[in-house]
Amino acid sequence: MSAPIATGYNFAYLDEQTKRMIRRAILKAIAIPGYQVPFASREMPMPYGWGTGGVQVTAAILGPDDILKVIDQGSDDTTNAVSIRRFFQKTAGVATTTHTSKATIIQTRHRIPEDAVKEGQTIVFQVPIPEPLRFLEPRETETRTMHALQEYGLMHVKLYEDIARHGHIATTYAYPVRVNGRYLMDPSPTPKFDNPKMDMSPALQLFGAGREKRIYAIPPYTSVVSLDFEDHPFERGAPDRPCALCGSTGVFLDEVVTDDKGARMFVCSDTDFCERALMRRTAPEEIA
Amino acid sequence: MYVAVKGGERAIDAAHRLLARARRGDRSLPPVESAQIVEQLTLAVDRVMVEGSLYDRELAATAIKQARGDLIEAIFLVRAYRTTLARFGYSDPVETREMKLARRISATFKDLPGGQVLGPTFDYTHRLIDFDTDEPGSDDASPDHAYKERAATPRVAELLADEGLIERPSDSIDGPPADITREAPTFPARRDARLQTLARADEGYLLSLGYSTQRGYGRSHPFVGEIRFGEVDIEFFAEEVGFAVPLGRIRLTECEMVNQFKGSGTAPPQFTTGYGLAFGQSERKAIAMALVDRALRAQELGEECVAPAQDQEFVLSHADNVQATGFVEHLKLPHYVDFQSELSLVRLLRAEFDAAQTTLAREAAE
Repeated sequence: MSAPIATGYNFAYLDEQTKRMIRRAILKAIAIPGYQVPFASREMPMPYGWGTGGVQVTAAILGPDDILKVIDQGSDDTTNAVSIRRFFQKTAGVATTTHTSKATIIQTRHRIPEDAVKEGQTIVFQVPIPEPLRFLEPRETETRTMHALQEYGLMHVKLYEDIARHGHIATTYAYPVRVNGRYLMDPSPTPKFDNPKMDMSPALQLFGAGREKRIYAIPPYTSVVSLDFEDHPFERGAPDRPCALCGSTGVFLDEVVTDDKGARMFVCSDTDFCERALMRRTAPEEIA
Repeated sequence: MYVAVKGGERAIDAAHRLLARARRGDRSLPPVESAQIVEQLTLAVDRVMVEGSLYDRELAATAIKQARGDLIEAIFLVRAYRTTLARFGYSDPVETREMKLARRISATFKDLPGGQVLGPTFDYTHRLIDFDTDEPGSDDASPDHAYKERAATPRVAELLADEGLIERPSDSIDGPPADITREAPTFPARRDARLQTLARADEGYLLSLGYSTQRGYGRSHPFVGEIRFGEVDIEFFAEEVGFAVPLGRIRLTECEMVNQFKGSGTAPPQFTTGYGLAFGQSERKAIAMALVDRALRAQELGEECVAPAQDQEFVLSHADNVQATGFVEHLKLPHYVDFQSELSLVRLLRAEFDAAQTTLAREAAE
């Protein structure tokens, strides 16, 4: 996994002053769970919207002994995950892994791994729009006030209208959560299936939004509650079938269209989990 | 079947090799040199420097070449490189009165101190494609007269200010100037932060917004007080030696827009200004910037804020083309997981809809 380290750049690309600035923002974010801390996001060598927030957070917390895992849509092998993993191999020379349990830092876009994370691990989420109220109120000046006053009625009204119109809450990803009983937070566009994993997680969860210049955090063992109503409790939306490859149940599945006649198969979105589940089934003695 | 899940790394490598080949084009033709781009695609270089927020002609030219002429991609390359540069401090303010002018025109006065200097301009050319540009010997061999040393040339706004007919710029701002590259934006934004944002804003975006003010969406009755283009000295105050050290010269385009203002309860009727400043010869950018700057002053001047160009949050939040292109083009990234979630929901809603229809039909039949 070792690649030549790029010369002419500081460890993990960013200069130390910039990393300190980002770390200060991270510390503040950890101190106020769910609060969006503004930070002086830098231009990175990958485009905005492609994980620059997550990359900056990872760059700021990465040390030479860290082991990095990068996933996109649950997979280590999607193009953008490959690109970001290579970026840190090249600029920091750190070890990388696809195994959730072996990673110290997991940078992710849109998923939380199926394997349970543990204390000492950090999950870094890439966030496109950090403001959960943004699509209800486009103005930052307004939404900041709403957060300050805990004025979250607008979101409840939105969810209520969903129920009134569709019979269900029609939000399936980026499903809003309340962190530590205080701030309304966007969990990033992870499917709501992953929301319960955020609650009381033993791992530190950091969220970086590069273009929007915001960092927020969920410290370990913090309550994360998906918004709902007493008579319409939060539904996780678990798939009703096992993975077609490894046979695992209760995991998030991707739908793969296999021909032009409507044939489909449903397979694990977490490819590392799927591979190892498959190995356990076929050659259980080889699993370390 | 089921092939798309693995193989990302090899596919990426192959795509990058194809890109390198496409960038080079027909190998029977000589490659373009960055130095040629510096000299012959000057205005593209200027734009990349302005929106890349980094004054380095050679670097911008290299970026243009690497980006296959895609200027936004080149701007992005320059910005990403800029991130890695150490920040030593801020230069002293440049004095554009002392600009070595290559061009200076006013649309408000027929003649004025310093005169009208046309300089190198597309204005008044007939836009007829010259089929001889590739012919040898088509170059104009006359000597270059640009960037004349002149006595300080007063700005038009100063001429009007003597009569009190135009607002005087406030001398100072409270505290150090904003630095939008070191602080996340806040609203309402101060004018220094607004101008910085506009200076690196996408030229096309500013052009359209400025245009919209001319068409009645936040009309400001603008006149080009003056546009000047030339070279200025950059100096840096070095604490260690105790005086300002010259760092070199840069080319700038400055536009001062003079706008009508009817006056308010506390301010007499007078002209107001909008300001544009850009690296290199970037007139379209500087004019558009001045229009938008003036539009964004609506609130401060007690004007009604009704038009898009007057809306700070809207204008400033969407001005950066590196941000915009990144987020727009990120739609190319996989969204399997979110889409899967939506797919399940739509299927569920459809099933319930169909069931309801069936029930309705049955009830109707009964």
